[in-house]
Amino acid sequence: MSEAKKYNAPVTNPESAPFWEAAKAGKFMIKRCTTCGEAHYFPRAICPFCFSDKTVWEESSGEATVYTYSLMRKSPTGPYAIAYVTLKEGPSLQTNIVDCDLETVKIGQKVKVVWKPTDGAPLPFFTPA
Amino acid sequence: MTIKGKAYIAGIYEHPTRHAPDKSTAQLHAEVAKGAIEDAGLTKDDIDGYFCAGDAPGGLWPMVDYLGLNTKKLRHIDSTETGGCSYLIHLGHAAEAIAAGKCSVALVTLAGKPRTGPMPPRASGAEADFELAYGATTHNAYGMCAMRHMHDYGTTSEQLAWIKVAASHHAQYNPHAMLKEVVTVEDVLNSPMISDPLHRMDCCVVTDGGGAMIVTTPEIAKSLKKPLVRLIGHGEAAKGPRGGKDLDLTYSAGVWSGPRAFEEAGVTPKDIKYASIYDSFTITVLMQLEDLGFCKKGEGGKFVADGNLISGVGKLPFNTDGGGLCSNHPVNRGGMTKILEAVRQLRGEAHPKVQVKNCDLAIAHGTGGLLGVRHAASTCILERA
Repeated sequence: MSEAKKYNAPVTNPESAPFWEAAKAGKFMIKRCTTCGEAHYFPRAICPFCFSDKTVWEESSGEATVYTYSLMRKSPTGPYAIAYVTLKEGPSLQTNIVDCDLETVKIGQKVKVVWKPTDGAPLPFFTPA
Repeated sequence: MTIKGKAYIAGIYEHPTRHAPDKSTAQLHAEVAKGAIEDAGLTKDDIDGYFCAGDAPGGLWPMVDYLGLNTKKLRHIDSTETGGCSYLIHLGHAAEAIAAGKCSVALVTLAGKPRTGPMPPRASGAEADFELAYGATTHNAYGMCAMRHMHDYGTTSEQLAWIKVAASHHAQYNPHAMLKEVVTVEDVLNSPMISDPLHRMDCCVVTDGGGAMIVTTPEIAKSLKKPLVRLIGHGEAAKGPRGGKDLDLTYSAGVWSGPRAFEEAGVTPKDIKYASIYDSFTITVLMQLEDLGFCKKGEGGKFVADGNLISGVGKLPFNTDGGGLCSNHPVNRGGMTKILEAVRQLRGEAHPKVQVKNCDLAIAHGTGGLLGVRHAASTCILERA
């Protein structure tokens, strides 16, 4: 099961470090551009829409719906559900759906962020809400 | 400025091997280069343009050295890397270079051995730190496309299976195909589930091998002995989820590369007699056929069903060599073999059982990267001159 899985510590860089610092406090951060108002993920210094450098960190609700998924059945570490979920704030992102019966994962399902420990910052995953 | 009719494919070669434990990757590049040069009736010293992608060991300059290309003559080099569709883009770029007078005889090579040798690591993008932990592979990334396509349009596993069935009907006539057995829809559905909803038989083969082509000027092509095949339209494009706002896994960058190529060629999908469509997975074919305009978005399932892609049976014969699904997918990169079979069809050199009658117009199209997410696409329209 995914609970037993050991995850590598996330690699960080100067651009992404604030995300992983916030993650240690259980906060799931996205970026928002104060010029065009659009939210995006994964976080960038420069807005991918209007190219403004006026982007700010914002805590996401961590609430999302499953856009699509696939159950990876052929894996040396056991089956897992890879998915794209769409945050309440708009951006979609890649993740795993964890801590549930994988056969019950569905497109449109409500999910919420859940953190898994590593040797560094924790990693965000999503689980049925 | 257009590349329409400015460049001809004068030489092609597909390595017959699918398993090469006794050869090096560089050696395979040299063998396919030699094959294509000889097919054209040229010599190595005629090469003044060279194109290769991420499969070339060490990149472009080590290959130039290893192959012993004439560096006093070599005046155009291009190592555009867009995964499996690199070679379709190379063809377009070679035509641009030839049209601009930057070279006159371009060699493009692809080779590698994913079955018997170490594969070069794939470069990571800026997204890596936010995605690598989730175990994305080509199988599950394409599985996610298929899952969403089924959700939005009611596409079924049976319809996807027809794509593999059609490829297998063609592969039975290819003596070099890795999988020559004709399969049924039931066979596909009964094969093990790899990553929902894709079964093992929805996936392409993994093969050692490679291929190469020679792209040249109209004048040089006409001085050679092979039937004349020219590029009359080319399009390229790239797509990504752009901050998570543009995520839509039901279409590929083919929606942009396709119309660009058709417009340049001055033809429409209805005019196409033969289609080489990138087939890393069955869903890859279905989505690209929609994106290129062979049917409406969402109607790909109906379009591919009931043998519509089988040569001599359906309306759009595709991948008559057996494609990546059954014959060959060298180095997990299918773009080169897509061009090679399209040229065979236009030359009339395809196997008689799958040769399309009066085949004077063909498309070769592919994507590289992850379908629906971050990838590039390239479309080439080829004509018998």
